[in-house]
Amino acid sequence: MVWRILRRLLILVISTAAASFLTFWVLFDGCGPARTRLGIGATEDSVAQLCRELGLDRSMASQYLDWAGGILHGDFGVSYISGRALGPQILDQLSVTLWLVAGAMVVAVLLAVPWGLFSALFHRRIWGTLLSAGSQIGVAVPAFLAAILLVLLFSVHLGWLPPNGYQVPGADFGGFLSHMVLPWLALGIVQAAVLARYVRSAVLDESGQDYLRTARSKGLTRLDALVRHGLRNASIPVLTVIGVQLVTILVGAVVVEYVFAIPGIGAGLADAAKRQDLLNVQGIVVVLVVIALVVSFLVDLAYTLIDPRMRTTADGGRA
Amino acid sequence: MKGSPKHRNSLLVAGAVLIGIVVLAAVVSFFWTPFSPVFTDVRNPAAPPGRGGHLLGTDRLGRDTLTWLMVGAQTTLKVGVIAVGIAAVVGTPIGILAGMTRRRWSEVIMRANDVLLAFPALLVALILAAKYGASITSSMVAIGIASVPGFVRVIRAGTIQVMGTDYVQAARIAGLRGPAIAVRHVLPNVFGLIIVQVSVAYAIAILAEAALSFLGLGAPPSVPSWGRMLNEAQSMLSVQPMIAVWPGLAIAVAVLGLNLLGDGLRDRFDPRMITRQVRP
Repeated sequence: MVWRILRRLLILVISTAAASFLTFWVLFDGCGPARTRLGIGATEDSVAQLCRELGLDRSMASQYLDWAGGILHGDFGVSYISGRALGPQILDQLSVTLWLVAGAMVVAVLLAVPWGLFSALFHRRIWGTLLSAGSQIGVAVPAFLAAILLVLLFSVHLGWLPPNGYQVPGADFGGFLSHMVLPWLALGIVQAAVLARYVRSAVLDESGQDYLRTARSKGLTRLDALVRHGLRNASIPVLTVIGVQLVTILVGAVVVEYVFAIPGIGAGLADAAKRQDLLNVQGIVVVLVVIALVVSFLVDLAYTLIDPRMRTTADGGRA
Repeated sequence: MKGSPKHRNSLLVAGAVLIGIVVLAAVVSFFWTPFSPVFTDVRNPAAPPGRGGHLLGTDRLGRDTLTWLMVGAQTTLKVGVIAVGIAAVVGTPIGILAGMTRRRWSEVIMRANDVLLAFPALLVALILAAKYGASITSSMVAIGIASVPGFVRVIRAGTIQVMGTDYVQAARIAGLRGPAIAVRHVLPNVFGLIIVQVSVAYAIAILAEAALSFLGLGAPPSVPSWGRMLNEAQSMLSVQPMIAVWPGLAIAVAVLGLNLLGDGLRDRFDPRMITRQVRP
């Protein structure tokens, strides 16, 4: 098992290097940033001079190594457009987004487990059908639409919650909560709908198993047996989905942050893309992609730890 | 049970009906729309449904919502077709190759695929928008590129299954070479998977396009697009909430239709589902 983990770790390192190079390469634009900074009226000479001063005339490989090396120390460079250091800015935005994503994930799991469990328990009955139809519809609703509908209901109609804005949790926790409830729900409900479908089919897969019949014959009710024994086994496929979803939520955060004017990494990315601030886009994309890769590594690891079958076979046994 | 023929057909029919509505709206809009897409009814801005002959009302500038929804369906379908086309044309051969080559090469292809999988459609689209400027073309290409890894994964899994069958062994023994096996045996047998994946990728493409135009990084303001309509509706929520409801409903209907269609087709094509049905 140790070998399997080490091998997976090596793949993670190589993938991260490949992904960061890909990001850098696609967004690499030679003297482009110098030209953008000087504006349309700039002469070729002044562009070439600034290009040299900024070190943009060096080979792409050496610029990549500098950039990637800097990021390993938390230095994302200085924006060619705004002239501000990107590192602190990106880390600030990331912390805001992590609050958003963590809350949304909690909402998603809290809703999805009972949702999927009950639609499995009542399957072939009207309640089960309604619950699965609900999740089918929820899957089709994009997070930003959910966000707008929630604002419409809770801010415009009822006036209970602010429609947008952000408060730092350290300064005013109540304000933080009231600003985050709608974003959490917008991101979380949609993901819950996706997750609920997996919970449902995982529970249905398990519900025909012998160990559940044994549990029933011990005198447990169907719900008890499912919650105590079924969920543990059903959690293996569901865990993978949660890992994949974490990435979806992270990207969904781009749009939700935009709707609620939350100064997170997603709003930062959309902003940077609009300003064509390539270095800023590179920095944020690399952070998001590395998180995605690390999460999928962790999911794989958890898979190995939870599922005992993974431990016995020499090469992991999974195709 | 989920895989029963009756259930399967009802999913297919429901999905086909919803998608049919969207396609019909797009097709009709080529010949006829209630109003001209560029007509602004200055006397009826942000009108509720029904006022001034506007069946679904008008937007902030007085443009007819139904007209924009219909023409917006064109944008949605076009972006989806091109994006999914790119993904299928690029992803299918790579997937078949990964399923047919020896383990080591297959492993290399799949690891590279995993790296690409870490770049979701919206992210690729934002990257291209940052470098080349926001446009429909850059969204289509970006969503297409981002949908390739999904095809590779699914087609590879299908190919491996086909390669394990007796008739492929027989074809091998008969002296058929790799490319011939790929075209004659693998491709027809993974065709169902391709169709299913097309519907899955199409739904994702529609969501990504809507999100992009919502952010103002997709279709330009002059091109009707559901995502942009939602964006513009956001500032009008307290005045006329229906402006936001219609494009939102359109996106949900299109995606729901494709998802249902995909589920129905998967039950029909996926061999694993058939065995599941047999299992008690």
